[in-house]
Amino acid sequence: MVRQGPLRHLRRELFASRLDGLISVGLITAMAFLGLALLRWAVVQAQWAVIQANSTLLAVGRYPLDQQWRLWLLTTLLALASGLSWGLLRGLPRPDHPLRLWPRHDRIAVVLLVGLAVVLPLLLQLSLNIQMRWWCITGLLVLCRWAAGRWGQAIPRPWRRWVPVIWPLLYGAGLVLISGGLGLVRVAPSAWGGLLLTLLQASFAILLCFPLGVGLALGRRSALPLLRWGSVLYIEFIRGAPLITLLFLGQNILGFLLPGGLAPDRVWRAAWILTFFAAAYVAEAVRSGLAAIPAGQLEAARSLGLPLPQALIHVVLPQALKVALPAIVGQFISLLQDTTLLSLIGLLDLLGTARTVMANPAYLGKNAEVYLVLAVLFWCCCAALGLGSRALETRLNPNHQPAASR
Amino acid sequence: MPLQRWLKAGWSLVGALTLSGSLAGCADGDGGRGSGVQSPKMAMIKARGSLICGTDGKLPGFGFLGSDGRYAGLDADTCRAVAAALLGPGDKVEFRDLNPSERFAALSSGEVDLLARNTTMTLSRDAAGGNGLSFAPTTFYDGQAVMVPAASGIRQLKDLAGKPICVPGGTTSELNLADRMREQGIPFTPLKFQTLDQVYAAYRSGRCAAVSTDRSQMAAQRSTFPKPEEHTLLPMVLSKEPLTPATVNADPAWADAVRWTLYGLMQAEEMGVTQANVEAKVVEAKANPRKAELRRFLGIDGDFGRQLGLPADFVVQAIRAVGNYGEIFERNVGQGSKLKLERGDNRLWTQGGLIYSPPFR
Repeated sequence: MVRQGPLRHLRRELFASRLDGLISVGLITAMAFLGLALLRWAVVQAQWAVIQANSTLLAVGRYPLDQQWRLWLLTTLLALASGLSWGLLRGLPRPDHPLRLWPRHDRIAVVLLVGLAVVLPLLLQLSLNIQMRWWCITGLLVLCRWAAGRWGQAIPRPWRRWVPVIWPLLYGAGLVLISGGLGLVRVAPSAWGGLLLTLLQASFAILLCFPLGVGLALGRRSALPLLRWGSVLYIEFIRGAPLITLLFLGQNILGFLLPGGLAPDRVWRAAWILTFFAAAYVAEAVRSGLAAIPAGQLEAARSLGLPLPQALIHVVLPQALKVALPAIVGQFISLLQDTTLLSLIGLLDLLGTARTVMANPAYLGKNAEVYLVLAVLFWCCCAALGLGSRALETRLNPNHQPAASR
Repeated sequence: MPLQRWLKAGWSLVGALTLSGSLAGCADGDGGRGSGVQSPKMAMIKARGSLICGTDGKLPGFGFLGSDGRYAGLDADTCRAVAAALLGPGDKVEFRDLNPSERFAALSSGEVDLLARNTTMTLSRDAAGGNGLSFAPTTFYDGQAVMVPAASGIRQLKDLAGKPICVPGGTTSELNLADRMREQGIPFTPLKFQTLDQVYAAYRSGRCAAVSTDRSQMAAQRSTFPKPEEHTLLPMVLSKEPLTPATVNADPAWADAVRWTLYGLMQAEEMGVTQANVEAKVVEAKANPRKAELRRFLGIDGDFGRQLGLPADFVVQAIRAVGNYGEIFERNVGQGSKLKLERGDNRLWTQGGLIYSPPFR
């Protein structure tokens, strides 16, 4: 392909024929008009005081002020772990293209991250103290990324294999940090809220629904009738009921059925119901992956003498999950968005907190500002999930040709 | 030990199914020590050390989360008053946001002890054969009203003949409006919307000639309009909406305690006892044995508290926590708030309103 200047490229893409040109001009004008209107609204008309004053509420809900250092510590640990994993991954040799420690994607990502950490707190006019904390956390992340990329290969291989274990450990530590215990003051789940509750519910459900879903999918294809019909019944029952119905069931009926004290806290009830709900859908996605693998694969593995569990774990599932990955990630993303239903059962997730903020008489009628911030936050979380899955797909695909078309 | 626990669980299940027994299953003593007042609910709240109160959480002026993470509003303060009367100082309330469809289930299943979530008292909600609630005194007399642009010249329902009117769909507001218009034989087009935000957006964009929901809510929304003075709330009342806290029917002693705590707030306003002067009033009453009524009210003489299963100074505790009824009103929805609602029907009976406490005798 001949390299062209960006202008000529644009011309070829947008103004190839007269009709193309007309459509392009029309669309560009409309987009510019809308974009300008939004910008003017955001800068001139919108009153962002509602976000500034309620930023803590939107971030962590009613989490007690004197215990919030625990959340800062958790954020710092997460940043460190992300930087470490990122750097080590870049240091791994890849079959498809030569090793580069700082590919263009990563440089863009770092610039974006640093930009966000500087600009967002400034725009929201958070206190200097809080702004500095965000700078430090971002700085640590980038530093860790750099160090792990630079010296990661020096770590002996058997040690490096254990690095992914820090994630489950960190998740457990995070749960302790958030809820208390082990010498920390307990913070009741009713005090969790905002983005914290949304991310916690989503991550809990995502982590647990995956193994559950794989188990159900295998169960549905099992030769044992009890297992098969049990899985079918479960999957079809869950898929036949809307999530909001199940959530109401959990919130209101469990109180009747179980004596006081035996029913788990309503936040955990909601988390488990989200998990059980998502598991049924993940099971169907995994089953589609399993169906795509020829039966000969399992038979070949068995004829080599592998016992069934090993044949499934080492031969069938890796291939099936790779096929099902886009569908599963789609399920995770919709799960993240489904957490907004929690606001309907009276939990203070991001949407619930936003609605109570909008009910504050001091900020009545500021709905547009609040909903816009909510949309941006959700978009960021979902985009991160989507990008992560795309990177994983590329990495898992042995036949991948790096960017042949462009 | 597990066997016993499961037996107990089984019994509670039976109790829950008969509904009335769901609270008795947790009973383990009398509520007011030595007073002979039997209240499983009060015993449970005392053992837990906090009152669980069901609120709306998303209603301007009545229940919402302030920027400091603290619940505020008329309903929230009602909860605080009851908690202070029963448990003493220290804001011992745990709030639980409830939506309209789950509020009664949450109360009867024991998820919440007290429902203060601008609920209209009606016969079917009160009756044992209906929702089986027990209502406390009304804390806010609301009513459905109609708002129109001031320039439209509409002054009564007749003027709305043939015009579109915005209402929230699936609510009593929609039904009440239809009832009134049918009674008077006035044809109109209801424009129904799912949420109040949509209702007001449609009204402001001129899609309907009027909007009709609860008066307090319309006044609150009107205050957010760029030019509130261009919109008028018509004086007629389409329906009565006495917003009233409620408890379960099964525990009359607990219902009495809530009822008289709230009456205490109203009586305090009548007697001029405020959050600021309550300590001075206590000192004054203690020093002056001739102020018999004040002494009884503040718990210095008599045994009102013991009869209810509450501490003797329950009224003083409630006022210390949130002030008297008038103060609660002004702070949350009245002139001290952004909503600036008139007191109207919510004035004391001595000033021509409906707020009336029976005598503390």
